[in-house]
Amino acid sequence: MLDNMLNTIFIITAAIILISALLTITAHNVVHALLYLVITMLAVSLIFFILGASFAAALQIIIYAGAIMVLFIFVTMMLHQGEKSLAQERHLFHFSTSITALFLSSMLFFELIFMLFLTPTDSANSRVTAPSSAIITVKDIGTQLYGPYSLLVVISALMLLSALITAIHISKSPVTSEIKTKADNL
Amino acid sequence: MIPISWVFMLSLSLFVIGLFGVLARRNLLFILISLELMLNAVVILFIAASRYHSASIANSDGQIMYLLILTLAASEIAVGLSLVVHMYRQHHHLDIDKLNKLRD
Repeated sequence: MLDNMLNTIFIITAAIILISALLTITAHNVVHALLYLVITMLAVSLIFFILGASFAAALQIIIYAGAIMVLFIFVTMMLHQGEKSLAQERHLFHFSTSITALFLSSMLFFELIFMLFLTPTDSANSRVTAPSSAIITVKDIGTQLYGPYSLLVVISALMLLSALITAIHISKSPVTSEIKTKADNL
Repeated sequence: MIPISWVFMLSLSLFVIGLFGVLARRNLLFILISLELMLNAVVILFIAASRYHSASIANSDGQIMYLLILTLAASEIAVGLSLVVHMYRQHHHLDIDKLNKLRD
């Protein structure tokens, strides 16, 4: 009974993910694409809940659907020009220009389907255990993270620092620095 | 009990959709969005695989890899969006096919 319910919820959530992902990459308006992307992120977090990774699900909602999407929406608000950018985007992306990409990616997709379903597999191993088997608490993750994985924490901190410096350096306005050097020369 | 082939199917479909987005779109902002979709597909696969091997000791490895991928995605988006803003300041559009010179 519970298995059937979980399977049904998984199928519905997977359908929501795929449909909203397709709508995301085919939308012409950036704001619509971002809203569909938020729906995709929320559905992915539901998948994490079904698979029993509740910490990852919470982080998915907080960081992906919260922080990263807000970053995207701020940049879109800075750059979007209404009807003008819509017309530009319609010129850039329509179906006839994307036939080659569709062909290549569908070929990859069918190859992967072939590898998954048409090659002989061991059918006894083809099940994921239900979330009731063992609950991974945040404490377990923290113990792992600051025990055997502590080098990875340091490396990701370095990566965040370098990304911060890169973003500041790139988005520094070249016009103001030019004016400043001119003022220095005077 | 969710069969692992369903999770595979979902993850591969999401990855291929993201790949199609990267190949077909010419707007830099949409390419970044498609990269996010591809990272999400990989993350689903990591977490499903760590549930699949939940009998072993280190079954929280998938969520630790998720944390690292999240950090990677955040820094990638920060750098990518600052490149988008810079490109819009210089060219007043986001068409990556126009970017064929290394300097102005």
